[in-house]
Amino acid sequence: MSVRAQLFITCLGENFFSDTLKGMVRVLERLGVQCEMPEGQTCCGQPFFNSGFQNGALAPARQFIRVFGKTDGYIVAPSGSCVDFVRHHYLQLFPTGTPEHARAKEIVARTFEFSEFLVNVLKVEDVGAVFPHKVTYHASCHLLRGLGLREEPKQLLRAVKGLELVPLNEEETCCGFGGVFSVVYPEVSQAMMQTKVNNIQASGAEYVVAGDPGCLMNIAGGLHKMHSPIRALHLISVLAAQ
Amino acid sequence: MNEIPTHIDFRTNVQHVPPHIPASIRKATTKFLGTRQAVVDVLGDERWQALRQAAHDIRLHTLQHLDHYLTRLEEQVHAAGGVVHWARDAAEANQIVLDLAHEHQVKRAVKVKSMATEEIGLNHALQADGISVMETDLAEFIIQLAGVGPSHIIVPAIHLTKEDIAQLFTRKLGVDAPPDPLKLCEIARTRLREAFLSADLGISGANFLVAETGTLVIVTNEGNGRMCTTMPPLHIAVVGIDKVVPDLESLSVLLKLLPRSATGQKMSAYTSFITGPRRSEGEGGPKEFHLVLLDNGRTRILQDDVTRETLLCIRCGVCLNVCPVYNNVGGHAYGFAYSGPIGAMLSTQLLGMRAAADLPFASSLCGACAEYCPVKIPVPEILLRLRRRAMEGDALERAVAPAAITSGARLGTLAFSHPWLYEFGTQMLKYVQAPLLKNGWLPNLPPPANRWTLARPFPAFGADFRAWFRNRTPQGRAREQQRKFGIGVIAAGIVALAAFLLARRKKDER
Repeated sequence: MSVRAQLFITCLGENFFSDTLKGMVRVLERLGVQCEMPEGQTCCGQPFFNSGFQNGALAPARQFIRVFGKTDGYIVAPSGSCVDFVRHHYLQLFPTGTPEHARAKEIVARTFEFSEFLVNVLKVEDVGAVFPHKVTYHASCHLLRGLGLREEPKQLLRAVKGLELVPLNEEETCCGFGGVFSVVYPEVSQAMMQTKVNNIQASGAEYVVAGDPGCLMNIAGGLHKMHSPIRALHLISVLAAQ
Repeated sequence: MNEIPTHIDFRTNVQHVPPHIPASIRKATTKFLGTRQAVVDVLGDERWQALRQAAHDIRLHTLQHLDHYLTRLEEQVHAAGGVVHWARDAAEANQIVLDLAHEHQVKRAVKVKSMATEEIGLNHALQADGISVMETDLAEFIIQLAGVGPSHIIVPAIHLTKEDIAQLFTRKLGVDAPPDPLKLCEIARTRLREAFLSADLGISGANFLVAETGTLVIVTNEGNGRMCTTMPPLHIAVVGIDKVVPDLESLSVLLKLLPRSATGQKMSAYTSFITGPRRSEGEGGPKEFHLVLLDNGRTRILQDDVTRETLLCIRCGVCLNVCPVYNNVGGHAYGFAYSGPIGAMLSTQLLGMRAAADLPFASSLCGACAEYCPVKIPVPEILLRLRRRAMEGDALERAVAPAAITSGARLGTLAFSHPWLYEFGTQMLKYVQAPLLKNGWLPNLPPPANRWTLARPFPAFGADFRAWFRNRTPQGRAREQQRKFGIGVIAAGIVALAAFLLARRKKDER
């Protein structure tokens, strides 16, 4: 029986990373995983929760467990942040003992971030990708500290043919996105982003790769504003290249 | 910092940070983090993590049995010849110190660096009463001259360069001060020596209070702590009730973590253990020892089972050193004695949401602080709980969210919990954005989204994955056709409604 992946495309993924999502399907199918896209999915609710509207986050979260509760197999997302939220906050959103809590628990157990799914579940590092470029890696906070995925994305990158992975100074320092933080305190967010972009430019890479749409929106915007030739790419887009 | 703030506007404060601040702060914090890593590596990660867990457990256990340990502490301080006073809030604590000062006809007080006395504005209260107060920690001495509060909880003058300090000394002390750290120290040392010898009151805080023995523990590097607590005839310590630890064994665990996390030292130059006043005329030390145990909102913090872990804090300051927000804005932007992540948690709870609702949002929730915290405070979890308190309110405080933000959030949750509305929105945004698009980016968005485009352009909306995925199978293709038709009908309906309303308005105008 083949492995099945329910694609949790995430709201930022859907609106701003369409090509990454298509790449996700290609990479997974290349590995023999059968992809499905549950209809009716919207957003995990994290933007509301992190803005302080934790009762407000309940409605989107309910929608999420309604949609994904009907599926089986693994749930895979192109975002460390969204998976971190589902894994670490859903059980707290729905009171223990309720049917919703039980359903959330069942969902949480089979929800994985993309690099985590490949390296730790499928036990794959080489996905047959070719990307003959100099690449540096930015460790997204929720992927790194929330899910504890320090090495997995880099293991995948190192296995890509032709790819040269160069170190990034302050790789594990936040890029300044922070969701609502970036609009509440744009000046601080910008200063953090600027530091990140300066480090990226100093790395000598042609591409900066990360595993979270939020960071990528922020970093790509920063690079664009500075007219930098360096492009920001989702890890999946690199793995999809052949 | 002598005034207790009634409203902190973090964004305005951030906009007024002098441009050289991030570089000077980063220079110092990078150095501290480097030395910290070196001493942590010597212990090895496994040992370090075990120590952190032990410290977390000790601190949490103490908070859960705070009444027991505080009572025990009071008995032991009393048995050692000291006097314990209980202060509900800042005003009570200041009054206790003032009354004691009057009773002993105090004219000149010297102080050990203490965050608790910064928190209650003690210097201000004493000076207003005509008592001179001199800070004797070098950095506190400097910021007292500068007339500002601490910009870091363990390195209060972190925002100043040696050149700044030389200028300050020249201006305020009337001496020719060169920007040479040794010379500057000598200048301060001369002043401090005079103050130690002539003071009739020594004021300190404490890093820990040992319940088992009634001992006050002070961790310092300059020796000023010993001078202040032994030279004057009267010693008053003002200490938060959260500083109590059960016994010397638990203290030894915390003392392994504190200097290593704070300054990267295995041990600070001085670790003072003070148990009561002197026992006989022949002994050194003060004639009287008074301990003021400060609540000032701490028991209220204990009422929330998530945010109470704020009180696990041992004030090492590593969360500031590692915080990318703090490193860019410095301590004064936080508007109160405590800054950085601990400030965002503690100030908010001590001052209340009306004054400090900005602070729990002053974090990107990157979690670096929680990774470094020696007592494993779950900082992002606490900040999230405090954000909820600000926006939705909880058992402790009512919400302070502006109505516009609450309505906006409501609208958002509506769209995100109705898939058809959400999908319709994602498709419409692709068309609505057209007039603002430039080279595939949205460089200027209208308010409030301009808060994003102030810093960098916004990516273009381009949701087409669902259609792409559905079109891969015949059933999906049929569904996609239906959806397109649905969206067309809704869009046509909206256009028709708009045209109708417009026509009616025109007619009304006529």
